Amino acid sequence: MAERKAFEIAAHGGFGEDQQHHIAMAVREAAVNAVLHGNAYDPHKKFFVAYEITPQALVITITDQGKGLDEASLPDPLAPENLMKQSGRGIFLIRSFMDEVTIRNLHPGTEITLVKHTGREAANAKEELK
Amino acid sequence: MTMKASNRQVGDVTIVDLSGRITLGEGSVVLRDTVQDLVSKGNTKILLNLENVTYIDSSGIGELVSAFTTVRNKGGELKLLKLTKKVHDLLQITKLYTVFDIKDDEAAAIQAFTK
Repeated sequence: MAERKAFEIAAHGGFGEDQQHHIAMAVREAAVNAVLHGNAYDPHKKFFVAYEITPQALVITITDQGKGLDEASLPDPLAPENLMKQSGRGIFLIRSFMDEVTIRNLHPGTEITLVKHTGREAANAKEELK
Repeated sequence: MTMKASNRQVGDVTIVDLSGRITLGEGSVVLRDTVQDLVSKGNTKILLNLENVTYIDSSGIGELVSAFTTVRNKGGELKLLKLTKKVHDLLQITKLYTVFDIKDDEAAAIQAFTK
């Protein structure tokens, strides 16, 4: 559901088809992380997704109620010893698809903020230079 | 769209035609069960046809890696056929493109299996 909403908002925000796919996939991965690793399938815990679209960027914030994520402990999925592991690629894919990713430990809970620039800001800057 | 898998046999190579989404939950389970079933029956030359796979997430990537390892550990080979652009890009980003033997042509893929 979060993925579908992200798709709709990205399309509405004027992002191209590939970018819509990347944004939706990043949101899906973050939402899956929130439910699986954050809330650890606890049905009493919730996760929240907030979308904000400005002329400059689409900002999506996903928050869970889990015990928190230690970003430093995340293994590098591209390291030779991790390449053939079954899991551990979610955050890496999110970082690959979005322009900015911030992970904040809320003690308890984790907030991950995903930013995708619209490109209009750069276009406007070029316009001003003319 | 849920994932579907159907098998065809060409010589000693089993072609698994996959369609739909390989994602956490049902899609990944279908792929895992299909490969484990084939391996348990002694079919260890497996060609996964991904032509009609519309979407794959990190769980699905993990399932492909797991399938590859399962088959290899049994002395077999698992190859991938006809990746969509989205799946191709994902395998490149995750550096798995060089791990898998990926083919675009079914006949050539079948020929590439060890005799």
